[in-house]
Amino acid sequence: MADRAFTLAIWGAAALVASAFLWLLGDLVWHGMAHLSWSFLVSAPVSAGREGGIAPILVSTLLILAVALAAAIPLGLGAAVWLAEYTRRGDALGQGVRLSLDVLAGVPSIVFGLFGNAFFSVFLGLGFSILSGGLTLACMILPIFIRTSEAGISAVNDAWRHGAHALGMTRAAALWHILLPSAAPAIAAGLMLGIGRATAETAALIFTSGYVDRMPESLSDSGRALAVHIYELSMNVTGGDSAAYASALVLIVLIVAINAGALTLSDRWLARRITLS
Amino acid sequence: MTNPEYELPATYTVGEVEAGPPCCEPVPHLSIANLSVAYGSTLVLDKVSLDIYQGCITALIGPSGCGKTSFLSALNRLTDLIPGAQVSGRIQFENSELLDPQLDVLALRRRIGMIFQKPNPFPLSIRRNLELPLREHGVRRRKVLEERIETVLRDVGLWDEVRDRLDKPALALSGGQQQRLCIARALVLEPSVLLMDEPCSALDPIASGVVEELIQRLRGRYTVVIVTHNLSQARRIANYAAFFWMQESVGKLIEFGHCQPLFEAPVDPLTLAYVSGLRG
Repeated sequence: MADRAFTLAIWGAAALVASAFLWLLGDLVWHGMAHLSWSFLVSAPVSAGREGGIAPILVSTLLILAVALAAAIPLGLGAAVWLAEYTRRGDALGQGVRLSLDVLAGVPSIVFGLFGNAFFSVFLGLGFSILSGGLTLACMILPIFIRTSEAGISAVNDAWRHGAHALGMTRAAALWHILLPSAAPAIAAGLMLGIGRATAETAALIFTSGYVDRMPESLSDSGRALAVHIYELSMNVTGGDSAAYASALVLIVLIVAINAGALTLSDRWLARRITLS
Repeated sequence: MTNPEYELPATYTVGEVEAGPPCCEPVPHLSIANLSVAYGSTLVLDKVSLDIYQGCITALIGPSGCGKTSFLSALNRLTDLIPGAQVSGRIQFENSELLDPQLDVLALRRRIGMIFQKPNPFPLSIRRNLELPLREHGVRRRKVLEERIETVLRDVGLWDEVRDRLDKPALALSGGQQQRLCIARALVLEPSVLLMDEPCSALDPIASGVVEELIQRLRGRYTVVIVTHNLSQARRIANYAAFFWMQESVGKLIEFGHCQPLFEAPVDPLTLAYVSGLRG
C-alpha cells in the first residue's frame, strides 16, 4: 500500500513537471501561431515590432551566437584539455582555475553584461556591437562548457591513454585520435547547455550588443537579439504581445533546431572516428 | 592457432619449446644496473641489477606490490608519465642509455612495446587500431600499411578470424582476440623488446592458453619480459626468471637465473618458499 502511494507520488511529480512545460509550450503555440507566418520571418519590424516581422533580429541573433561559439569553442576546448590532461590531481593552479570556473558559472548574467559593457564595449572600444555581445556571451558559455568537456575528457578510459603512450604516440595524437572523439558526447552536451544559455540571454546583451532592430551590416553594428526583442515587446511596447509570443515560439524552435544539429554533427563525427561495439 | 604456415622463424630456438630450456643466446639486450624507482618519497623498487637476454623470455614473479610493474614501466619510460615518479640507476639498451633525459622516448617506445594486463584496443576499427600507430610513426603508404597489418595479424593468429571484418569495431572482439590484437598493435611497429604486464590474467583459461602459445612463438624474434602471477605459466614459457619480494615494504630482486634451476633448486630460502607455494 505504502509502495503504491510512493509510486504514485513519483509519477505525480514527473507529471506535474512535464505538464508545466507542456502548458508553457501550448500557451506559446496557441498565442504565437496566429501571428507566425513566412512573412513574419523575412520582413523587418514595423511600429516597434507590433507589425512586420523579425528578419533583422533573427540575423543578429545568429550572428551573435556565431561570434560566441567561434570564440568559446577553441578557447573552451583548450582550457578543458589543459585541465584534464596537463594538470595533476590536487594541483593548486588547476584547482584554482576549476573553482573560479564554478563560481563564474553561477554568476548572474547581468553581471556578465556589465563586465562585457565595461571591457568589450568601452575598454576595447567595440561599442554596442554584435562583436561585443558575442564575446560577452562567450564569457558566459565558457565556464559550463569547459567544466563539462573536462569531465568528459577525464572520464575517458585510462587504458587507452596508456596504450597510446606505450605505442610512442604523441600526446597531441592521443588527444586528437582517441581522447577527444571519445569525449565528444560530453563536449556536445556542454556546447548545447552553452548554446541554450546564450540564445535565451537578454540581460547580458542589452548592454553589449544593444537593441537596434535594423538589419546589421557588419559585426561592429549593434544588433537586437531575439530574447531582447521579446523582452522589449512584452515590457515596453503596448499591443506587442502577439508578436512577442510569435518571437518566443521562433526562439524555442531555433534552440531545438540548433541542439538537434549539434547532436547530429557530434554523432556523425563520432561515428566516423570512433567505433564502440 | 598451431597451423605451421604461420610459424615464425625461430632464430634462436632449438627444437620444441619445453619448460624453460636454456635455448637462447645469453647476449644482454637490456643491462639494468642499480635501478631504483620511487613515487614521491616512497621507494618501491630498490637497486635492481640484472641482464635481460636477447631473444629470451624473462619472467618476473613475486607477490603483488613488490615493484614488478614499476620495473617494467621503467624499461619503456612509461614512468615519465607518472607524476612524482623518480627513476635512478642505469639501463643500457642497444648502445644507448635508456634513462638519459635527452633520449627520444617516442622512438624508444617504438623499439620497446608494451602489453597491458587488461586488453586495451582503441575504440576504433580493427584496421585503424593497427594503422594509427604506424601513421603516427610516419608510415603512410597504403600498400605498406596493408602488408604490415596482414603480417602482424598472421603473426598473432588473428588473420583468419578477422580478415573479413577489419573495419568492424575492435571492441566487439572477444577478450582473448582483443589481447592478441594488442600484441599485434605492438608488433606492427617492429619492436625488438616486448614488455608484458600479466597479459593473460584477465582472460579465460582457453584464451589465456592461446596467448601463452603466441608468446612462446615470439621467442627468438623478440626479447620478452613478462610479469606473471601464474607460476606454472612462468615455468612453461620462460627461459629466465627473476623473483621479486618486498623487504621492509620496498621491492627487491631476490634471485635471478635460468628458469628451471630457479624453480627446482632456488638458492634463496624466500624463493623456495614462494615457488613451492608456502608464501606470497
